[in-house]
Amino acid sequence: MADPFATAARRPALAAHASGAARASLTPAGPATRLSLRAKPEAVPALSAALGLDLPTQPKRAARQGERHALWLGPDEWLVIDESEAPLLQALDGAGVLHSAVDISHRNAAILVSGAGAAAVLNSGCPLNLSPAVFPIGACARTVLSKAEIVLYRTGETDFRVECWRSFAPYVLAVLAEAAAEV
Amino acid sequence: MLLIHCPYCGEDRSELEFRAAGDAHIARPANIAAISDEEFADYFFLRDNPKGLIYERWRHIHGCGRFFNAVRDTVSDKFVMTYKAGEPKPDLSPAPGVAPALPADSRPVETYEATEGRAE
Amino acid sequence: MTGANRIAGAGRLTPAKTARFSFDGRSYTALAGDTVASALLANGVHLMGRSFKYHRPRGVVSAGPEEPNALINVSRDTARSQPNVRATVQEVFDGMKVGSQNRYPSLSFDLGGVNDALSPFFAAGFYYKTFMWPKQAWASIYEPRIREAAGLGVSPTEEDPDHYACRYAHCDVLVIGGGAAGLAAARAAALSGASVILADEQPELGGALHFDTGAEIDGQNGYAWAQKTARELVGMENVTLLSRTTAFGYYAQNFVAMAERVTDHISRPEANAPRERLWQVRAKRVIIATGSIERHMVFADNDRPGILLASAARTYLNHFGVAVGRKVGVYTAHDSAYEAAFDLKRAGVSIVAIIDSRMRPGEGLLEQARSLGIEVFTDHAVIATSGRLRVASMTVVPNGGSAKRKFTIDALITSSGWTPSVHMFSQSRGKVAYDAATGRFLPGHYVQDCVSVGTCNGTDDLQAILEEATAAGVKMAAESGHDGAAAATPAGRNLFAWTGGMAGAAYGAGPDDSVKAFVDFQNDVCAKDIRLAVREGMHSIEHIKRFTTNGMATDQGKLSNLHGLAIAAEALGRGIPEVGLTTFRAPYTPVTFGTLIGHARGDIFDPTRKTPMHAVEEANGAAFEDVGQWKRAWYYPRAGEDMHAAVNRECRTVRTSAGYFNASTLGKIEVVGPDAAAFLNLIYTNSWDTLKPGRCRYGIMLREDGFVYDDGVVGRIAEDRFHVTTTTGGAPRVMHHMEDYLQTEFPHLDVWLTSTTEQWAVIAVQGPKAREIVAPLVEGVDLSNEAFPHMSVAEAKVCGVPARLFRVSFTGELGYEINVPADYGAAVWEAVAKAAEPFGACPYGTETMHVLRAEKGYIIVGQDTDGTLTPDDAGLAWAVGKKKPDFVGIRGLKRPDLIREGRKQLVGLLTKDPNIVLEEGAQIVADPNQPKPMTMLGHVTSAYWSENAGRSIALAVVAGGRAKLGQTLYVPMPDRTIAVEVSDMVFIDKEGGRIHG
Repeated sequence: MADPFATAARRPALAAHASGAARASLTPAGPATRLSLRAKPEAVPALSAALGLDLPTQPKRAARQGERHALWLGPDEWLVIDESEAPLLQALDGAGVLHSAVDISHRNAAILVSGAGAAAVLNSGCPLNLSPAVFPIGACARTVLSKAEIVLYRTGETDFRVECWRSFAPYVLAVLAEAAAEV
Repeated sequence: MLLIHCPYCGEDRSELEFRAAGDAHIARPANIAAISDEEFADYFFLRDNPKGLIYERWRHIHGCGRFFNAVRDTVSDKFVMTYKAGEPKPDLSPAPGVAPALPADSRPVETYEATEGRAE
Repeated sequence: MTGANRIAGAGRLTPAKTARFSFDGRSYTALAGDTVASALLANGVHLMGRSFKYHRPRGVVSAGPEEPNALINVSRDTARSQPNVRATVQEVFDGMKVGSQNRYPSLSFDLGGVNDALSPFFAAGFYYKTFMWPKQAWASIYEPRIREAAGLGVSPTEEDPDHYACRYAHCDVLVIGGGAAGLAAARAAALSGASVILADEQPELGGALHFDTGAEIDGQNGYAWAQKTARELVGMENVTLLSRTTAFGYYAQNFVAMAERVTDHISRPEANAPRERLWQVRAKRVIIATGSIERHMVFADNDRPGILLASAARTYLNHFGVAVGRKVGVYTAHDSAYEAAFDLKRAGVSIVAIIDSRMRPGEGLLEQARSLGIEVFTDHAVIATSGRLRVASMTVVPNGGSAKRKFTIDALITSSGWTPSVHMFSQSRGKVAYDAATGRFLPGHYVQDCVSVGTCNGTDDLQAILEEATAAGVKMAAESGHDGAAAATPAGRNLFAWTGGMAGAAYGAGPDDSVKAFVDFQNDVCAKDIRLAVREGMHSIEHIKRFTTNGMATDQGKLSNLHGLAIAAEALGRGIPEVGLTTFRAPYTPVTFGTLIGHARGDIFDPTRKTPMHAVEEANGAAFEDVGQWKRAWYYPRAGEDMHAAVNRECRTVRTSAGYFNASTLGKIEVVGPDAAAFLNLIYTNSWDTLKPGRCRYGIMLREDGFVYDDGVVGRIAEDRFHVTTTTGGAPRVMHHMEDYLQTEFPHLDVWLTSTTEQWAVIAVQGPKAREIVAPLVEGVDLSNEAFPHMSVAEAKVCGVPARLFRVSFTGELGYEINVPADYGAAVWEAVAKAAEPFGACPYGTETMHVLRAEKGYIIVGQDTDGTLTPDDAGLAWAVGKKKPDFVGIRGLKRPDLIREGRKQLVGLLTKDPNIVLEEGAQIVADPNQPKPMTMLGHVTSAYWSENAGRSIALAVVAGGRAKLGQTLYVPMPDRTIAVEVSDMVFIDKEGGRIHG
């Protein structure tokens, strides 16, 4: 059937303007493909091969290959993010091992928190110890920020990615913005 | 705000990330459809509410998402230990004449009377 | 000039920097760094408040957070107004307005002062005894009058415009208190490599070194050493130094709450700066270095303005450069007051006399006093003072004697010794132990990983303090994994020992009942009140405390607890340790609500969840309702329509043409794995094996007790993949419930659950024209009844984006639910709207959705069920698989009470008068004329005006309801009784043909 309408346009959860202050900037992340990947330990090698990175098996660790990231969220759970929007579900089609892959590209939104005050901004609502010794570059965890659940991922010494469910994104951004103004 | 050791994440995390989920080591009967009313009441309704050590289920709901088991002291509110779901119930009852097998950092049971003074 | 009592050359403030402020409308000049108390004292003002109960004139007593009297109201403007601020803590800023409290019409003439004259009637326990009868008078007279008279200060009437910050922090070593001990400990821990947080409540560090100018550390003045050390710590990367920060709560596992006053001392704070910041610190080790608090002497009329602690007088002189008087008397039982007297004397203040209740003061003090020309009376007591608004004289007798001497004074400084500040230690649940040798409570048994150092630990000598603190810093750092370079212990020397003194009433403070010798200034508790409590049978210190209210004011008895305990012990004839100390509780000092709330206010009090289509709906004029945290479009009023009219139109339009509805908030769970069907078999009452890919089924989920927990449509996308929907409100708990069973009861199943609630935006298109509206937007699915019948699901493209298309209905009409990835929701919604326009179809909200589903008797779990209904009660027995060997709730359903006759069942109700809409929650009876209390048969769960049925409709639970079809029952309301007929639950299209459109 002919489609009388142009392909629908995307409207992301957060407008794409940066905010924050001198010590911490807040930038809504661009669109990305995301998977919730679930599997048992024996499937990890095949899934890693299919994704082109080593799925981390240590708690709180993320693996990165270019613009693709795999975050350990639980003993059988990873959040896979591809910032280049490469198709992820299809990449796993031929993995040939038992797993569950669910597209959650639109479920989550992300905010990039950067700057010398980034950890302090996050600690205004997140109870995790974010000192580099305990939460180094490449560390990640599902946790809370005030009254929202987030996935926190440290991508640099002073750079963090905050993933949350779409409808919580304005709240998470507002909490971070209030903190960014005062750290 | 307590710290709770998640046996799956391998570290202490804030109480804010957890949710309590009732008593542990109460297995759903495999033949549940066939059990008697009394057996069902025992399984589903009746709990001990002990003063002292209690075996509980907790979930790291805002963390790794796993359910796990914990031994908690209902008097001091202290977590004595946590362990993965499916692992056997640890025996923490003391042998006769031996102090309870609690971790070194646990403390004597604190009573209301000791803290608040005796009502006389 | 910043006050007549400012001594040139004394103190550490800079004369060049001044600030103007007002007190009760009168303008004063302060120096930068002044507290309100020091600035008022500099201007000769001692009278700063009225006491709580007797409204006695009161002056400042202390120079710190323990202040019981000088509670003031501080404001920047009408909204920024805070009562009960301690004048001894609040720093002056330019333009600040200060008001006194608890007085009418003015501080110097207060009508409430009549309470003082009537005080014989206001003995301890007065309230408990007096307002007992008549019983009715309590609610009508006593309570309102007491409430009016009670309370300190006045709450601000406007919303607080300031904002407040919060911060979680972790460190190896937290040091509470930045005096000599705290600084030495923090420095040692930091040099060892530990991450250190040092918190002190004052603007500058130093603690007692503020006043104790006799202390020397490493060859320099103690205060100078403190500033140098503080600067060194600030320069270290592993140290966070927080001044103006009070650790107020010590909780389990070394979790310490601290309030930082960020801008309360600044005249024009930056707009972004928070007023206060709550720190929630998790420390591996805590070093408590909280020092000691000086006690006053308990003697007759010891509460007049101008009577204050010796250390306070010394602080005002040595730090603020202010003399508390020109003719100062001294009444003491401790050596430290001598140092205050000597400092004042050397600054040119006349010391009228030192009255020492002891026979023998410390070594050399008498000689030193003599050399300074100060008269000392040992073994004497002050038994009376005079002066209404300021102390004017003191009357002195030898202990046990009666030969009176009267001295004219304008200030009287007192000390009965020092109480180690064990509040934080006690809050950590450590047990204090009474040290009989020194007559004080000290940290005993530790419960947490902390250590006390300095005078709060009973260590008196400065050198010993510095050694103890340095060792503790090194040890705590090592225990937290850091044993780098050890710090050298500073060398210290001080002039007086902190131990000694007395607790309890001095000679002449009773037992005469007319003597007012104050123990607790803020709550007006005298020595006689404590004796009375014992006479009236209170033997536990906890009872004495509550009967007299000693120590229950906002200062929590920092000055009074030990005195009260000593007096009680004497009256009881028991030792102090046998009587025991009351428990210290958080907060150490009062904390503002703002600090505790932090940023959780206004727009970010709680997350507000909006769907991807929210902005479009808003632009279309939708009215929204709150559903949990969600905002959902409630109805779409057009010009001139009220809610009723809009809902009627929407209801009509859906059944005659079509409507489209935002169902995005519906919970969604993707169930994936080879055992997905087996898992759903266990979770739902229905059977899922027979459901083919591409088909949907309505499922019911029970709790193990057999009651309905949630419901929803489940679509089978593939053999091993299901798209489960839940109620909006049930989404998180259903996910938790399913995870619980999967992880702990059925872990053998190969299946995983993923929440996809927010992955999909959902647009329901419902009505006879639904297919014509949807069809042009859809690629890849044949929408004919034959190819895509009711309860189908397919993966498709809608508006060019990948979608899941459901043929389902919650209206009883032909219906589709379009699921598209959330970011596309708004655009697809607009496309649907455009496609719907030619058919006269309209958007509809949750209210219309409720009416339409009720017209068809579709239940809403949580509205028509309440956690006590079985599937059969709800008329859904057909959804329970009779042959299934197991599912959650299978055994619960067989419980005797769940299968008995006469259970409440869901039925329809038709009012005899079709225009009356019942109230949801209204009770139902068989005979409205029966005596009260009536036998309730059930209640109305849903009730609406149905435009399509042309009458009101209702759903209700009624005992034995399905056997009562056609019977008349009654709904008694306050103003009338409504007759109703029991009916089935389907009010429109009873044959159910429309859904197959």
